[in-house]
Amino acid sequence: MQGTPTYPDSVGRFGPFGGRYVPETLMSALHQLENDYERLSHDTAFQEELKYYLQNYSGRPTPLYFAEQFSKELGGPKIYLKREDLNHTGAHKINNAIGQALLAVHTGKRRVIAETGAGQHGVATATVAARFGLACTVFMGEEDMRRQALNVFRMRMLGADVVSATTGSRTLKDATNEAIRHWVEHVEDTYYIIGSVVGPHPYPRMVRDFQRVIGDETKTQILAVEGRLPDKILACVGGGSNAMGIFYPFIPNKEVALVGVEAAGEGIDTPHHAASINRGRPGVLHGALTYLLQDEFGQVQPAHSISAGLDYPGVGPEHAWLHQTGRARYVPISDEEALSAFYLLSKSEGIIPALESAHALAQAVKEAQAMNREDILVICLSGRGDKDVEEIARQSRGAGHESH
Amino acid sequence: MNRIEAAFHKQTQRAALIPFLNTGDPSLDASLELFRSVLQAGADIVEIGVPYSDPLADGPVIQASAARSLKSGFQFPQVFELAQALRAETDKGLVAFTYINPLLQYTPERFFSDAKTAGIDGVIVPDLPYEESEPVLQIADRHGISLIPLVAPTSGEQRVTDICGSARGFVYCVSSLGVTGERVRMSERVQELVQTVRSHTSLPVAVGFGVSTPEQAQHLAEFADGVIVGSAFIRRIEGVLQQNLDFPVQTLRTAVRDFTEKLLQGMT
Repeated sequence: MQGTPTYPDSVGRFGPFGGRYVPETLMSALHQLENDYERLSHDTAFQEELKYYLQNYSGRPTPLYFAEQFSKELGGPKIYLKREDLNHTGAHKINNAIGQALLAVHTGKRRVIAETGAGQHGVATATVAARFGLACTVFMGEEDMRRQALNVFRMRMLGADVVSATTGSRTLKDATNEAIRHWVEHVEDTYYIIGSVVGPHPYPRMVRDFQRVIGDETKTQILAVEGRLPDKILACVGGGSNAMGIFYPFIPNKEVALVGVEAAGEGIDTPHHAASINRGRPGVLHGALTYLLQDEFGQVQPAHSISAGLDYPGVGPEHAWLHQTGRARYVPISDEEALSAFYLLSKSEGIIPALESAHALAQAVKEAQAMNREDILVICLSGRGDKDVEEIARQSRGAGHESH
Repeated sequence: MNRIEAAFHKQTQRAALIPFLNTGDPSLDASLELFRSVLQAGADIVEIGVPYSDPLADGPVIQASAARSLKSGFQFPQVFELAQALRAETDKGLVAFTYINPLLQYTPERFFSDAKTAGIDGVIVPDLPYEESEPVLQIADRHGISLIPLVAPTSGEQRVTDICGSARGFVYCVSSLGVTGERVRMSERVQELVQTVRSHTSLPVAVGFGVSTPEQAQHLAEFADGVIVGSAFIRRIEGVLQQNLDFPVQTLRTAVRDFTEKLLQGMT
């Protein structure tokens, strides 16, 4: 862990961001979790066990794949894809789910809950719950259950209860509200596996630590094949766990540009987007101070994105901090741009990306022209797109969309 | 002695009754009438709820109430309007209940200044735990407004000690684990919690979350200085609204007045 910054501070702050804005009922559990995590993060046996499951259960390390055809299509830099889509369950979410499930097991909890947007974190949690014999309840917005019906089916097959969140925009924000409310009631016997670098301290730090394996591997792999670090790394940002995971080990390497891609939905100048950093201002959501889409008086505004995993009005507090310090840049990509990149990667490389990851790919399309052939660009391909195929087919039919 | 402490002290016969209602549910004018009704019927302090889009500490009844209020066009500064109207008529305790985000967006300085002008005596922020409260507490103190803290059955003695150390107005004991909403049974742990709090503060101790019947209020009144009732009031409002009356305000007034009286009968 050398050479990386020591954020958050002891009260869970990344600069002004983060903290613990939750009901009193949860505070003792959060302190306990912080202590347990601190102890286990220095426990060799725990770390070995984590490594074992990441390798043998999830299939790590994931490849860093040179996307030659996609690079040619874009006509710019050499593009490498960090293949988190090749993890067990099809996305980076399993890295964190394994870590937190082991935490639950080591702290004697027999029951876990989770929130999910696209369903990838829900599936990952249901998966590890099955493996470690934990009872599992997943909260999911009603709208997302419709958009990601396949993942709902998968979670139920794995033995999890899926509970629909029917308030507000009926998406990830509301599923998280329900999960927190449920946790307040069952805090004494239930472990809450938060799926992104959001929520009250110590979650943003813990989830980042469990996801940094993406960046650590990328660093080793790119040095092995290219003998140098990449010029730029792109990753999509909803809550921002895949981005935080791949960015984190590179933060001290100032020569590597870090770019987070937010969902611009129908455009950041319309009311229908999820660009919290580009269009929000600091506020409190789900226990942390961070950039938030809200009205003048602090009512949270509904987010919109074609991708359920990015459809969130907040963002992890460490991203807010990286934005404020200027270490990372955050840019918007629209539904349409993401969809077009979704087809481009599918057809050029035979890799169907998740719609979330397609936002990062779309940013590569924009930036490639301005980069040189010798430049190296790494994109975090955070998940595979099987879950999105049905919804895209439905939308294409509705819009008379050619398969372009 | 401030108005909150006075409201507790005035009642030597019984515990103080503290109803919670949301501003703007079903409309700003109607909610003002409802606050008036509970105060006229004998409530000692009212909790003036500030509707919020994401009320994490609230169960379905108060969530739905907040949603109705927001849909009816509620805007944050209306809380001060409502408080000011009540203050012109009563010297009972007025306590605002708001989540932290609207307070931060309004800015704490402006919030407590406007609250003071409106005659608000105290503020409860359910998602502002002790660890995060210091900057807000300083500003509240400067304006002479009590930042009323919550303690929960999971708090543990050390946290109770710390929380009581900076408590103002009264201490709000959360009766059971979970969000607001009516419960069939009251946890036995709440009495223990009230005793622990008493050993660390001389401020009044009130109990809330889950109080749904006059019998429960009566039980809590035996060992607490105040009883907070929210969802049970709002469910009565909901019941009237579901009847789709042309002019529901009079029926709403009667409903909350009758329930206030019933609760008070149980508590004496």
